[in-house]
Amino acid sequence: MTDLSPLLVSLRVTIVATLVASAAGITVAYALAKMRSRWASVIEAIITVPIVLPPTVLGYYLLTLLGSRGPIGRAWEGLFGSPIVFTVTGATIAATVSALPFVVRTSRAAIRQVDPRLEEAARICGLPEREVAIRVTLRVASRGILAGVALGFARALGDFGVTVMVAGNVPGRSQTLPVAVYDAVQAGDDTYARNGSLVLAAIALVVLLLLAQLQVRRSR
Amino acid sequence: MNELFVSVTAQVPRFAVTAQFRALPGVTALVGPSGSGKSLTLAAITGVRRPTAGTVSLGDETWVDVERGVFVSTQNRRVAAVTQFPALLPHLTPVANVAMAVEGRHDRDHRARQWLQRVGAGHLATSDTITLSGGEEQRVALARALARRPRVLVLDEPFSALDRESRIAVRSLVRDVVDELAIPTVLVTHDVADVAALADQVVLYEPGRSMQQVRVQRGDVRAVVDLLGAGAGE
Repeated sequence: MTDLSPLLVSLRVTIVATLVASAAGITVAYALAKMRSRWASVIEAIITVPIVLPPTVLGYYLLTLLGSRGPIGRAWEGLFGSPIVFTVTGATIAATVSALPFVVRTSRAAIRQVDPRLEEAARICGLPEREVAIRVTLRVASRGILAGVALGFARALGDFGVTVMVAGNVPGRSQTLPVAVYDAVQAGDDTYARNGSLVLAAIALVVLLLLAQLQVRRSR
Repeated sequence: MNELFVSVTAQVPRFAVTAQFRALPGVTALVGPSGSGKSLTLAAITGVRRPTAGTVSLGDETWVDVERGVFVSTQNRRVAAVTQFPALLPHLTPVANVAMAVEGRHDRDHRARQWLQRVGAGHLATSDTITLSGGEEQRVALARALARRPRVLVLDEPFSALDRESRIAVRSLVRDVVDELAIPTVLVTHDVADVAALADQVVLYEPGRSMQQVRVQRGDVRAVVDLLGAGAGE
């Protein structure tokens, strides 16, 4: 017997978190890369904090924000009538926050490396700023941006500490595969632990290989 | 008249240039020692930099008037540029690079190909952009500049990265194109031969400012040498 629900929760959480973290992260990275103010580094440092914090500590902070007594948690309950914590939404937020700094840092570095003369040439050609950003800056930086997305994905898929703190370990609801593997080990269910680990490793490998392929095609 | 009028102070960290000249249709060469602010002057004309003082105008259209807070964006000036760095997008084919500058969606690709043919690069249309030689890149960059149907053309050391042979070929191509366009063209170069071959007038620079504006006879190498020799000595 194999319980597929942790895998499904994990896939759903990881996909949504990667998409949200990528959209938000690339936008923030672009804004930061183009900002001339000294505050850019400060803002980046704040966004980067989740990388260096122990996941449980990050999870604790998120819990105080998202919990029923936290400001965001209370507002959420007022709006939707149910809490965020210990739900798949909570797990998704945890994974998104974990993934975001990887996308931001890597993308910002890649965007800053784009030769400004390419952007100037595009403006001189008459391209509006929006198209300069999309067709030139982000396109030329796409290799580095994809690397950031890959890192963010890996982080979202593999998160344990933040997820456990925010989403808890509710089988069938908020339990992700890494957490289920931990549970299985605790319960002495070697088969589940082994299979779950294999599946996680396989997903990570396949997605990273796909992204690497995409990078190779964009390398020129 | 389509006269380009430039009277600006432009600044980068630790350097400023004050330049003043008028350019009628034809080639105006900005000549002077390295670091005298010639390229910075061009940046004020294309609008990739905001001058800190002064005005830039084309005919009765004001592009920059710092005092009155006027600044027309690069996109709305219709200035084209060919620089030492061709700045072609490596992930696009040459024809797609040129098409980027073609106005309107209709027939874009076809018109881009025509411009490539005009500069003798029709056969390169769908080549891999990163495999082009320096001379080929400059031809594509020139086609892209023409495709913009510019009102002012800016040339910043467009031949300096080229070997002798393609330098001569591209220079004569530029001369034909410039004569055809009959728009104010501002050329920055260090090469006396470029000035002699292309310029109708010369603006001499010294570090940080433009000095005099002198009309020259095209092809009169001796006069140009005399002029530049005198300018360089000061």
